[in-house]
Amino acid sequence: MSLLDYFRSSKPSSASLAKERLQILVAHERSSRNQPSYLPQLQQELLAVIRKYVNVGQDAITVNFEQDGNQETLELNIVLPDDR
Amino acid sequence: MARIIVVTSGKGGVGKTTTSAAIAMGLAKRGHKTAVIDFDVGLRNLDLIMGCERRVVYDLVNVINNEATLNQALIRDKRCDQLYILPASQTRDKDALTTEGVGKILEELAKDFKYIVCDSPAGIERGATLAMYFADDAFVVTNPEVSSVRDSDRMLGILSSKSRRAERGEDPIREYLLLSRYSPDRVKLGEMLSVDDVQEILSLHLLGVIPESKSVLNASNSGTPVILDEQSDAGQAYQDIVARYLGEDKPHRFIEEEKKGLFSKLLGRK
Repeated sequence: MSLLDYFRSSKPSSASLAKERLQILVAHERSSRNQPSYLPQLQQELLAVIRKYVNVGQDAITVNFEQDGNQETLELNIVLPDDR
Repeated sequence: MARIIVVTSGKGGVGKTTTSAAIAMGLAKRGHKTAVIDFDVGLRNLDLIMGCERRVVYDLVNVINNEATLNQALIRDKRCDQLYILPASQTRDKDALTTEGVGKILEELAKDFKYIVCDSPAGIERGATLAMYFADDAFVVTNPEVSSVRDSDRMLGILSSKSRRAERGEDPIREYLLLSRYSPDRVKLGEMLSVDDVQEILSLHLLGVIPESKSVLNASNSGTPVILDEQSDAGQAYQDIVARYLGEDKPHRFIEEEKKGLFSKLLGRK
């Protein structure tokens, strides 16, 4: 029986793979669904302002919107370059 | 007060029209006056599944454009006098459906009918969004398969944000999961998402599981809603679904692999 179990568990079933992929995807799509529509533009404009002063790349800035009950949080994260 | 049910899924081919025909017939058979509307403008199909394709004279778009009255367009089912079908138009004009037009038809139907079943087309274009816009309840038909589950989740997002109930700030649409084309034996082998998996991902109230069944194709071949095939597993699954929707407490079936008796095994029955 244990030998049989070994062979069974050696490869994850395709169904569990499907579940895992879906859970990640659905969570991601749900979080972006609730975001305000101005977010991408806000990100672009903020990036333009920051680049006036610091030479950062296109992906140096991330804007996160989170909703937790009644509280909405806008999180802004800027990665400054190392070589200064 | 009429209740408007939308049968939706996002993805095509999962069983929306089969489900619409079955539950509309099921509700009507229980004595509730029911109308079922095909919203798939351009690709009419509900009439075929219901077996009334040769009796279509006027359609949904004719009524919207005041070319026919609602009573002229409604087709009374020959098997059940509580059931009426409003077929879709075959026009290729995508703008034929309007929110006002659909709203007016539903309002008029609501005076006379207990349940109005809206058979949504696949996709997220106008026919689909209008089918759900006025809904009170949503039957989300999902197959245990990745793209279908993802599309269902997408539809849940649209249901909660782009419906009349959402816009008016009323109680949200009640959403139910109908898991169709389910194969318990494949689930057991780890080849198919289980009903628990799908429920965990979508977190929806399960109204019923419809097993993968030969009876569905047989029913559509002959233009008979599968719920009328009382011997079939799919027909029984839809009867359970209608009963549960109406508030009856029925244990779920068709989730576990059917145990074969020694006799069937010997005869190799499936």
